[in-house]
Amino acid sequence: MKAFTYERAVSPAAAAQAAAHLPGSKFIAGGTNLLDLMKLQIETPTHLIDVNGLALDRIEATPEGGLRIGALVRNTDLAADARVRRDYGLLSRALLSGASGQLRNKATTAGNLLQRARCPYFYDTDQLCNKRHPGSGCAALGGFSRQHAVVGVSDSCIASHPSDMAVAMRALDAIVETVLPDGSTRSIPIAELHRLPGDTPHIETTLGAGELIVAVTLPKPIGGKHIYRKVRDRASYAFALVSVAVIVQADGSGRVAVGGVAPKPWRVEAAEARLPEGAKAVTDELLAGAAPTRENAYKLTLVERTLRAVLAEAGSQP
Amino acid sequence: MKFDSPATTNPIDQLKIVGKPTNRIDGPAKTTGTATYAYEWKHPDLKPAYGHVVGAGIAKGRIASIDLGDAQAYPGVLAIVTAENAGKLGKSKRNTAKLLGGPEIDHYHQAIAVVIAETFEQARAAAQLVRVEYIRAEGSFDLARSRDSAPDVQNAATGDFLAAFSDAPIQLDETYTTPDHSHAMMEPHASLAAWDGDKLVVWTSNQMIDWGRTDLAATLGIKKDKIQFISPYIGGGFGGKLFLRADVVLAALAARAAKRPVKVALTRPFIFNNTTHRPATIQRIRIGAGKDGKITAIGHETWSGDLPDGGPETAAEQSRLLYAGANRMMATRLALLDLPEGNAMRAPGEAPGLMALEIAIDEMAEKLEIDPIEFRILNDIQVDPEKPTRQFSQRQLVACLRQGAERFAWNKRNPRAGQIRDGEWLVGMGVAAAFRNNIPMKSAARVRVDNRGIVTVETDMTDIGTGSYTIIAQTAAEMMGVGLDMVTVSLGDSAFPVAAGSGGQWGANSSTAGVYAACVKLREALSHKMEFDPSDAVFADGTISAGNRRFTLAEAAGETGVVAEDIMEYGDLAKRYQQSTFGAHFVEVGVDTATAEIRIRRMLAVCAAGRILNPKTARSQVIGAMTMGAGAALMEELVVDKRVGFFVNHDLAGYEVPVHADIPHQDVIFLDETDPTSSPMKAKGVGELGICGVGAAIANAIYNATGVRVRDYPITLDKLLDQMPA
Ligand SMILES: Cc1cc2nc3c(=O)[nH]c(=O)nc-3n(C[C@H](O)[C@H](O)[C@H](O)COP(=O)(O)OP(=O)(O)OC[C@H]3O[C@@H](n4cnc5c(N)ncnc54)[C@H](O)[C@@H]3O)c2cc1C
Ligand code: SF4
Repeated sequence: MKAFTYERAVSPAAAAQAAAHLPGSKFIAGGTNLLDLMKLQIETPTHLIDVNGLALDRIEATPEGGLRIGALVRNTDLAADARVRRDYGLLSRALLSGASGQLRNKATTAGNLLQRARCPYFYDTDQLCNKRHPGSGCAALGGFSRQHAVVGVSDSCIASHPSDMAVAMRALDAIVETVLPDGSTRSIPIAELHRLPGDTPHIETTLGAGELIVAVTLPKPIGGKHIYRKVRDRASYAFALVSVAVIVQADGSGRVAVGGVAPKPWRVEAAEARLPEGAKAVTDELLAGAAPTRENAYKLTLVERTLRAVLAEAGSQP
Repeated sequence: MKFDSPATTNPIDQLKIVGKPTNRIDGPAKTTGTATYAYEWKHPDLKPAYGHVVGAGIAKGRIASIDLGDAQAYPGVLAIVTAENAGKLGKSKRNTAKLLGGPEIDHYHQAIAVVIAETFEQARAAAQLVRVEYIRAEGSFDLARSRDSAPDVQNAATGDFLAAFSDAPIQLDETYTTPDHSHAMMEPHASLAAWDGDKLVVWTSNQMIDWGRTDLAATLGIKKDKIQFISPYIGGGFGGKLFLRADVVLAALAARAAKRPVKVALTRPFIFNNTTHRPATIQRIRIGAGKDGKITAIGHETWSGDLPDGGPETAAEQSRLLYAGANRMMATRLALLDLPEGNAMRAPGEAPGLMALEIAIDEMAEKLEIDPIEFRILNDIQVDPEKPTRQFSQRQLVACLRQGAERFAWNKRNPRAGQIRDGEWLVGMGVAAAFRNNIPMKSAARVRVDNRGIVTVETDMTDIGTGSYTIIAQTAAEMMGVGLDMVTVSLGDSAFPVAAGSGGQWGANSSTAGVYAACVKLREALSHKMEFDPSDAVFADGTISAGNRRFTLAEAAGETGVVAEDIMEYGDLAKRYQQSTFGAHFVEVGVDTATAEIRIRRMLAVCAAGRILNPKTARSQVIGAMTMGAGAALMEELVVDKRVGFFVNHDLAGYEVPVHADIPHQDVIFLDETDPTSSPMKAKGVGELGICGVGAAIANAIYNATGVRVRDYPITLDKLLDQMPA
């Protein structure tokens, strides 16, 4: 870990401004991802701006009938919120499938969205990684890639996005609200928050320098059956090999988002149109253009099989 | 005391305290955080500096240059030790690779420097400023590719295996693989070293005090008696702390360089490539049997790899003794690999060996259309198959299988695979035999009784979370006729007599036998002092008595107390009798029809392992071992990057071990058994028996559930998916 300076931000705008001013600064929320990366010198911020005191820890109803989730709301609190459980069951289930109780107590909404890849080569500073050292190469290609992404990947990076929460939020069409260093605000549809790696895998989001997430807004509830199915090697406390989030309406229409298969929470609206044709048709569309490695090709089958089971479950539920 | 003829009745047989389920006497200290682990030692006179280890970033080659400038200039840095300035270092026989590498690099994350600073944070930050240029060399990292060039290092043959196998009407010839495993114990290796002139004190976390001390002396080139090794509490070891490791050597060198005490802990990512691991194996098993189900030929060949001068994983060992069959061929081959050093991990040999053998037995039973339990019973043997005049001292494998079958409701198992469904789950049951040898090891102890009647045991035995403190206290209490509240136990200090240490499941029987010997001496000393004939004196209820004379132990001890020390040594009973422990594992799994996720539903172990000294701590050992076996079956794998030559998933996010949710229900039964050939304690061990066979029982249950046979561990869903029903 490199030595760093530290400040407690006094307002969102001041935090954004400070961050833009001081190159090498980072926001710290729960710290459950950032601190681990700093200890290994994968992240080397010279200045930390603590955003925990910004009163961004509330969940409020919006005039449109949705919910506005503060950026600092802890994963535990979000999952337990009665409105979330009633109207956005998918989100609650996705959150509870992630990490451990202790981590969820600390982890925040914004931090969860911005958590970084879990690629083991990214975590080892002696290995080649374009995400850590742009242009150095990608050790995972041709290496251990069983957990990696199969779609949306590039020759530069095949890391998957590890968040469960983000997959549910993608299915729920969440909007990410930010404050920029000049004090202005911006609303970013979650689909546009994360970038595909292309040849710049180190640039992971569309956030600008110093841009601070202040909230995530969920549109009015859409009803339907909410299922989040996370597939993993052990029963708990493991990242998804594949996860499938569905919201299925009584008429059979619905939404499908998947995790563990792409550099961002993955949803293809055109695939949802094929729900009446069943899991295979949806998967074909969803994972069109997939470029798996030998080690992770099973994910294509796994998504299809899991989706089929989830759709059957949705159909059989009262 | 020399133990050279089978034990007769002795005070332990009273079983007033020994054999009773007893809470760990060190439990309160551990649950209240007052048990001091290696990295936590504090003393007003010790103002330790902190060392942070730099590991090699390549698997094989040389350091071309090492630039310490920026690190040395970092605030708080006191010194940096590398091979260049460390002085001449030796290497003990028990270490394969050097613990401080350079300029030659033998394996990934081999320590090449330790940076010492005022604070841990400064040391870590400065360590990251050490810049190393390497010259990479070609290495060999792929066991499968090195297999054909691996020479035999151990062989055992009886009869004419090849002829008998080719004549057998029913044959099995399959190859199985097990991956490299990490001990992944909770507490990483850690040491605090302090020099006082030419004397060195090391507080550390080590299973074998005397080995560690001896090997540290050899490495530093100093006399053993100049070193004190202290390790009273150990946060798990599983074999990972059997040997001297880099933390100890680097703490000692760092303390010398910085001229003050230094603490060094290995960080979690270092545990996987810097320390030892259980080597991967490839195992070819051939079994031939008659139509009657009797094995006529059994062959087990195993391949593993290690660095030059390393040793093999002896995965064929159990196959020499477990089943009958007149024609036998076992071969252990060792390839040269430039991966980190392979070495012992919980039940070395048997753990991976049975993972393969016990699938093979299941497959063979299926070919023969015999129930796998009946097939095992049919091929049970009460003598050493290689030397039929030599009997097992005790062998209750059949009873373990039968009793387990009844308790587990084995008769509900459908012998046809893939038939049982419970909602979304395919459900199956599996069984495997457990087998692990008993190894008696000489062990010494010192026991004293003071003027309050308190009995104190001192021995350098270690407690790695197993319950040594408690069974030693039970032994002393039983022998001296006092309650547990009158016994204190001090362990893990080289100032104490040398004990067996914790390894090879020998600790419980051997260390308590050493305490037994010392207690016999103490009873004699007290008897003589009170002018009793030792053979008449009765030690009970805190008193010593004979005839109509009775004294409290406090009275007998007198102002100065009485102390005795002895060592238990062994004759040739272990040669005359084959001493082994046996068990049977039963597992029920569910396999998700859609995702092929495997979840264990129930586990049962039935063990016959000599006298169970403390059923509570023994049960904890067995359920812990079953959990570890579940990890080996379902998820644990050090993934080798065969291009770079290292274990890629080197943290606990990447190297998954079971969590609570993976292990819903476990049951353990101990059969009544005493083994008079093992020691006066008549005990053996269970800590390793518990892991032996678990993996195969799970694999067999998965097969029974799905009809898919996986022979490559770990059995993860991607290996089943394509063959699962649509
Ligand atoms: C062992 C382990 C297991 C885990 N398992 C799972 C799992 O199964 N599923 C899962 O989904 N996750 C899992 N996680 C990840 C966990 O969910 C994240 O670490 C956590 O959500 C991050 O939140 P945080 O508040 O601690 O973020 P921090 O570590 O504080 O920050 C993360 C990043 O977000 C940035 N940031 C934080 N707040 C803001 C803001 N308001 N605006 C802009 N940028 C901001 C920080 O600068 C940093 O770059 C696991 C983590 C661990 C350590
Ligand atoms: S997959 Fe991405 S994160 Fe992993 S090594 Fe390649 S570039 Fe780095």
